Amino acid sequence: MSMKTPSLTVIASGAATLAAVAVVMIFFVAPEDADQGLSQKIFYVHVPIALTAYACFGLAAWKAFRLLTTRGERYDLESYTGVHQGTIFGALTLVTGSIWAKASWGVWWTWSSNQLVLFLVLFLFYCAYFMLRFSIEAGPRRERISAVYALFGVALVPVSFLAIRLASDFIHPTVFTRDGPQMTGEMFAAFCASWASITLLAYVMYRVELAGKRTDANLRELREALAS
Amino acid sequence: MSAYLADVAALARKDLRLELRARDTLPAMLLFVLATLVVFHFALPADVGDDPAYGLLWVALVFTSLLGLARAWVPEREAGALDGLVLAPTDRSAIWLGKTIASLAFLGAAEVVALPAFVLFFAPLDGPALAGVVLASLGICAVGSLVSAMAAASRGREVLLPLIFLPLAIPIVVGGVGASISEEPSKFLAFLGLYDAVFAILSWAAFEYVVTE
Amino acid sequence: MSSGEKYVAAAYGVFLVFVLFWVVIISTKLARLERETGELARLARARVAAGEPTDG
Repeated sequence: MSMKTPSLTVIASGAATLAAVAVVMIFFVAPEDADQGLSQKIFYVHVPIALTAYACFGLAAWKAFRLLTTRGERYDLESYTGVHQGTIFGALTLVTGSIWAKASWGVWWTWSSNQLVLFLVLFLFYCAYFMLRFSIEAGPRRERISAVYALFGVALVPVSFLAIRLASDFIHPTVFTRDGPQMTGEMFAAFCASWASITLLAYVMYRVELAGKRTDANLRELREALAS
Repeated sequence: MSAYLADVAALARKDLRLELRARDTLPAMLLFVLATLVVFHFALPADVGDDPAYGLLWVALVFTSLLGLARAWVPEREAGALDGLVLAPTDRSAIWLGKTIASLAFLGAAEVVALPAFVLFFAPLDGPALAGVVLASLGICAVGSLVSAMAAASRGREVLLPLIFLPLAIPIVVGGVGASISEEPSKFLAFLGLYDAVFAILSWAAFEYVVTE
Repeated sequence: MSSGEKYVAAAYGVFLVFVLFWVVIISTKLARLERETGELARLARARVAAGEPTDG
């Protein structure tokens, strides 16, 4: 664990505490939405998960960029773990989004919800990352190709956002307008608490996953060394 | 700069000359796109109007380009020439640019056949739709050359290329179909232009990382 | 429960299940890593006992 970031224990405790706070705020403090009723509460878990997925992919791309520009050894596994976590949260986004769609509009899937559709595109893209990675021999070539692919993924994200704006979507409710959130102060606070706790949780998962991958790689080296 | 462009031109010319001699990729692409359009006629019910046909045109173009892209690096791979090119005293990105231009030529040739056939079989194509085809072809070849080099480095190459290319091609299809059927094609054309700019620059910059050992 | 409540419960429940699933997978990995380090430690111990140098 690096000396610069706070210890994993602190972060994990923070995630747990914030999660408790968030649950209280979501279900006992924030008022019920006038239009959507109780199902609006899904927003508090769906949107932070989506944002976290984007953050994971962004982290993966940043680590990929560092790998290509500095040749640091550690960045390959860090980028890979970022994609791994992002894909998990991406799948979660699709599932919670689908549940919200069913609750709001009565259908499990709708192609007219551009956000859901484009998240599907991203999910497909990052699933292909694993196929690509597993079909190339381990080594610097695989590290570089994976890194380039992760960078392409993050370029695809704003392009996706643009496509949402282009094809005007009037079914999937955009809560944050240009002027600010169309929600009460309590709802916004609940959202922030939820977002913070999910982000911290994702970070803890990332670190644990990364430690697992690193240990795996070290063990393989050790095994080869001891076998000779 | 002029040495760079000379390298690019030489590389593109080499690909075109190889294809003119071997004549295996381009005829396949032409036949494939025509056959696909015919299949689409049978796939569309009689009373759907024109819009679905435009969508299918874009499917046909994307999959036809996949056919060409799958063979894009085969000449280099078979002759073991890619390592030689990479070691040569030329900017690696020139290899990408040369290959993109050659792919563009092949795709363009396929489109010269496909578009009139589409107009004949299905529906007219107006100015914005054609502009969309041009812009989309640029994007397809720019990204496709890079992605096909990635697939060439892998063990499962034929299967892998569509998997890694299609998600990236989806915005192109969105832009192209929008340019063909929307009331305001200009914003879709602008979007295609943006896509081309972003991904061409990315592909140009990233190519050397993909091909070096 | 009304249908609205069911969907909210489903969404939060799915989140919980995903995270728990991840816990299962990572703990399986940890168990495997523990086993492998044990094997390697035994190998190293055997080497040291036999007086051979272990690769540093």
